[in-house]
Amino acid sequence: MTILHLLFGRLSVEALPFWEMLHYPSRQNVVNGAIATAAGAVVLGGAGLAVLLITRYRKWRVLWSDWLTSVDHKRIGIMYIVLAFVMLARGLIEANIMRGQMAFALDGGFLSADHFEQFFTTHGTIMIFFMAMPFLTGLINFVMPLQIGARDVAFPVMNSISLGLTAAGAALVMISLDIGKFSTGGWSGYPPYTESAFNPGVGVDYWIWAVSLSSLGSMMTGINFAVTIYKKRAPGMRFMRMPLFTWTALATSILMIFAMPALTVATGLLALDRYLGFHFFTDHFGGNFMNYVNLFWVFGHPEVYILILPAFGVYSEVFSTFSGKTLYGYTSLVLATMAIGVLSFTVWLHHFFTMGQSADINAVFGIATMLIGVPTGVKVYDWLWTMFRGRVRFTVPLVYGLAFSMLFVIGGLTGILLANPSIDYQVHNTQFLIAHFHNMLVPGTLFGLLAGYHMWFPKAFGFRLDERWGMFSALCFIFGFILAFFPLYGLGLLGYPRRTLDFFDPVYLPYMVAAFAGALVILAGLAGLVVQLLVSILHKEELAVPAGDPWDGRSLEWGLPAPPPEYNFSMLPEVSSRDAFTRAKEEGTAYRAPAQFHDIEMPKNSAMGMIVCVGGFLAAFGLVWYIWWLVVAASLAMAAAMVGWGFTRHTERIIPAHEVELAHLRWLAVVAVTQPVSRGEEASPSNAGLAVLETGE
Amino acid sequence: MLLLVVAPVLVATPCFAWRYRYGGSARYTPKWSFSWPLEAAIWGIPLAIVVVLAVWLWQSTHALDPYAPLPATGPPVRIEVVGYDWKWLFIYPDLGVASMGEMALPAGRPISLELTSDTVVESLLIPTLGSQIYAMPGRITRLHLEAYGPGLFQGQNQQFNGDGYYQQHFLARALTPAGFDAWIAHARSKGMPLSAAAYRAIEQRTTLVDARKALGLPRGIRGAVYFSAVPSGLFARIVRSFHDDSTDNPAAH
Amino acid sequence: MSAATPLQHPGINLGPAHPETEGKSGELLFGFWVFLMSDAIIFGLLFATYAVMLHARAGGPGPARLYDIKSAFIETAALLSSSFTYGMASLALKYGRRPGPLLCWLLATMCLGGLFLRLEVQDFITMLHQGAGPGRSGYLSAFFALVPLHGLHVTSGIIWMLAIIGQIARYGVDREVKLGLLRLGLFWHFLDIVWVVIFSFIYLGGLA
Repeated sequence: MTILHLLFGRLSVEALPFWEMLHYPSRQNVVNGAIATAAGAVVLGGAGLAVLLITRYRKWRVLWSDWLTSVDHKRIGIMYIVLAFVMLARGLIEANIMRGQMAFALDGGFLSADHFEQFFTTHGTIMIFFMAMPFLTGLINFVMPLQIGARDVAFPVMNSISLGLTAAGAALVMISLDIGKFSTGGWSGYPPYTESAFNPGVGVDYWIWAVSLSSLGSMMTGINFAVTIYKKRAPGMRFMRMPLFTWTALATSILMIFAMPALTVATGLLALDRYLGFHFFTDHFGGNFMNYVNLFWVFGHPEVYILILPAFGVYSEVFSTFSGKTLYGYTSLVLATMAIGVLSFTVWLHHFFTMGQSADINAVFGIATMLIGVPTGVKVYDWLWTMFRGRVRFTVPLVYGLAFSMLFVIGGLTGILLANPSIDYQVHNTQFLIAHFHNMLVPGTLFGLLAGYHMWFPKAFGFRLDERWGMFSALCFIFGFILAFFPLYGLGLLGYPRRTLDFFDPVYLPYMVAAFAGALVILAGLAGLVVQLLVSILHKEELAVPAGDPWDGRSLEWGLPAPPPEYNFSMLPEVSSRDAFTRAKEEGTAYRAPAQFHDIEMPKNSAMGMIVCVGGFLAAFGLVWYIWWLVVAASLAMAAAMVGWGFTRHTERIIPAHEVELAHLRWLAVVAVTQPVSRGEEASPSNAGLAVLETGE
Repeated sequence: MLLLVVAPVLVATPCFAWRYRYGGSARYTPKWSFSWPLEAAIWGIPLAIVVVLAVWLWQSTHALDPYAPLPATGPPVRIEVVGYDWKWLFIYPDLGVASMGEMALPAGRPISLELTSDTVVESLLIPTLGSQIYAMPGRITRLHLEAYGPGLFQGQNQQFNGDGYYQQHFLARALTPAGFDAWIAHARSKGMPLSAAAYRAIEQRTTLVDARKALGLPRGIRGAVYFSAVPSGLFARIVRSFHDDSTDNPAAH
Repeated sequence: MSAATPLQHPGINLGPAHPETEGKSGELLFGFWVFLMSDAIIFGLLFATYAVMLHARAGGPGPARLYDIKSAFIETAALLSSSFTYGMASLALKYGRRPGPLLCWLLATMCLGGLFLRLEVQDFITMLHQGAGPGRSGYLSAFFALVPLHGLHVTSGIIWMLAIIGQIARYGVDREVKLGLLRLGLFWHFLDIVWVVIFSFIYLGGLA
């Protein structure tokens, strides 16, 4: 046991991305090494640039006190979404590289098998755990407490800890670009392939710990959201008066609470196999990998509903707000949401119909899978009928919604096809499957989250996003998606498998080229979003909506200034109906000052989130590289912090009534001089966040 | 039938959005949000369709169960399949031969497959012939297939198992009865015995091309390997080796 | 007691005699129950794994040879008694005027918990000496994931108790201490229930 070994575990200079290229300079190694090194350089360069800019503009103190130690759900929500966008960029670039490889595969391609395998693993892992989950968590974090009339979530410090854990997991995935390699086992990590016998390197360990950190964070988030919705609703905000986005947040959080533990167990047992020589899933000594498959998918199926339900919530808000109409079928939508939540736990076996179960078992799960399509279909129809006899405005969120409606049902149709074991036997693990789940995740989850981003951005920052670049971006995403994924249905029916980097039959080529072109268009969409943000910041005076209601919104958050004060509501609202803010506007009670202002108690900042983030990252890094002293030190530090947290007192601060009054009256003064606009002028600079009442008939 | 649910959405979505656009002249009923007949249709029609599909699903799942033998006038040809990283071994236990990289089957007669793996989970699929099924270490799965006429079909592995995954192809040759007998005879006369040494070569984590080299055979891109003599009970011993954790060479008996 | 005071949360409620906990206890305890549910799922899945792997002995020893039922019985008695002593501590918290009895009952709980752990570790060491460690077979892996996980939970509970005693020393029995004791109580009783299931299904079941 040399000193180096003790200090650095199995970390060595060989872990650097250019080491192999320099020592074994074959053409393939050089190409792949160059790609890997470039990626690693981007990570380090990006981090370095961030540090440089923050130092240059002297923002460290502000960063620490206003953001990193903030326990404000709005700030935490924004940070989640920032993380999601960074990871979206990486995930999309990886997708493009993979599709590029496949478009050139007949000529040999440029990626090595090992590199391609890391790509498809990181792409899936990142998009699910570090893009979609943070994005939806961030949206719910920001919006849900405002919608129910609360000042914050139930456990603000735990909220910050969840963010810290997710960020630590993301950092682990990013650092794997600079040091070592990532897993090649896919995002689902099936043993025995991921056991030490077949993959003793750091890759699978990176995956296990990144995913575990993220899932721990999500478990806590689920608890936080559920308790918030149960316990912190404003007076009068009965369950059946909550906006649909809150209902879907509730269903999502329940799923998080019940499904994440299964993932913890699956990856935890795999870790025990790899680190301590247990035999849960090994080939020998009584291991049974089929247990992993069951455990993983008991998590995995509810997980995809965690991904889609918040998007459904966004679409409910989008269709009703941008049709100027009450959401059709509120009760049906609520029932459908909860039904989807419950049913999502009954269908997991459809992910492995081909594993040799009896026809009876396969058929039962196939039928259950089809059943879950019913409430989903109900929702799509309810949104359709929301537009009926409304006044539909083609804003960016609504365009995403329209594209979603049409594309998602096609994906749903293929889902019903796949639910049939006899069909699935033919197309399982082919590109047909890839096309199906991307068909659900891209028009479903991604478009929904982007629509939510566009809709609530003005509330968070006080100015709208540029509509034209938003439309450009949306169209790129929509048509890019169609071009990138519809050919995959054809490829799958022709039998082309997934996770395959090469092919010999030229009949596949046109599909591959089309798919690559589509991927590039999607990337253009992402670029459009970046440009949109920059343009919007440059024009933020024109786009400003300080009065707070740019869309003639229907729920409580639109009755607040943009951005809202830290404590959200100067006085907690008394709710008497659904679409509480629309009701207030109609009754003329919307922009009032309360008779009396009171002191407001808000939680103080806390460094716990950062401690868990850094500690979690270091412990996980130590586990990956067998640097045991680091694992022990980081774990002890976190444990000590937890104990220390118990000793803290005076964790609240008082915001005095006169301060609340000042802020509120200042806002009302802005409202008083704001010109209300009709929906026709919604996208023009004259929209300062106040709506003209446009009643029907 | 599914289009019954999907098509209205595809048609109505752009129609409604356009007809009821802001600035258009259609009726505006901002508070209308419920209708019992519509609810009945929205819940009822998809539910009814699912019920119908469920009945059909139940029947077809049982009818097309890979484990169910196919109707035939005579006994099926038995083939034992072992998945390796990264090739397939096809053992014909009743005929005493085996092959790698190529599976011959008589057209018009069902084949009955028993599958296992020597490494990790794999999945055998011949897309034009029928279903896939996982091949798992220490376990036996079943599959019944039949080619209606002679032909050449591509076979592959559908479950990722490492760097050579994309090369784990094989050729499925559906032959006339005479052609099939000739194939068997060819394997018996021209093939090499599946000795313990040969088995060690097969077990290595190599693709078919490299396995050929290890077995001392000349190079050939799609060259199959034929074995003239297969130790009896080889398949059973491979499966059992995962249960008693033995590391003995299953071919050394 | 006042019959009209509504319950803030399931389990022992401190009631109007402890007004400073009124506002927060409902949310906090509800959240803790939800956390316990997620923990229960983890244990449940590990039980299921154990059940499925019970016969994956790989030619190694099974429950009949390995489980020391006498030791397990004493552990059960210790843990159940510790739940009783914690219950007494909770009552002392709710109705007592001085922290003395509360501290005594907490100490008793810790001692019984510590006894439980010591006996359990002894059992594990014995199994390891017999060559029946987790690396021997799938069945033993399942055993060694489930039972030590429970033990780790008990250990955390004891550390938590120590931390609370530390807080009492520093701040007296203030609001945070009371809320902490309520949650720790739920945690401790939950672990007791999990142990009863372990004892019944793993130990007794293994000898059936």
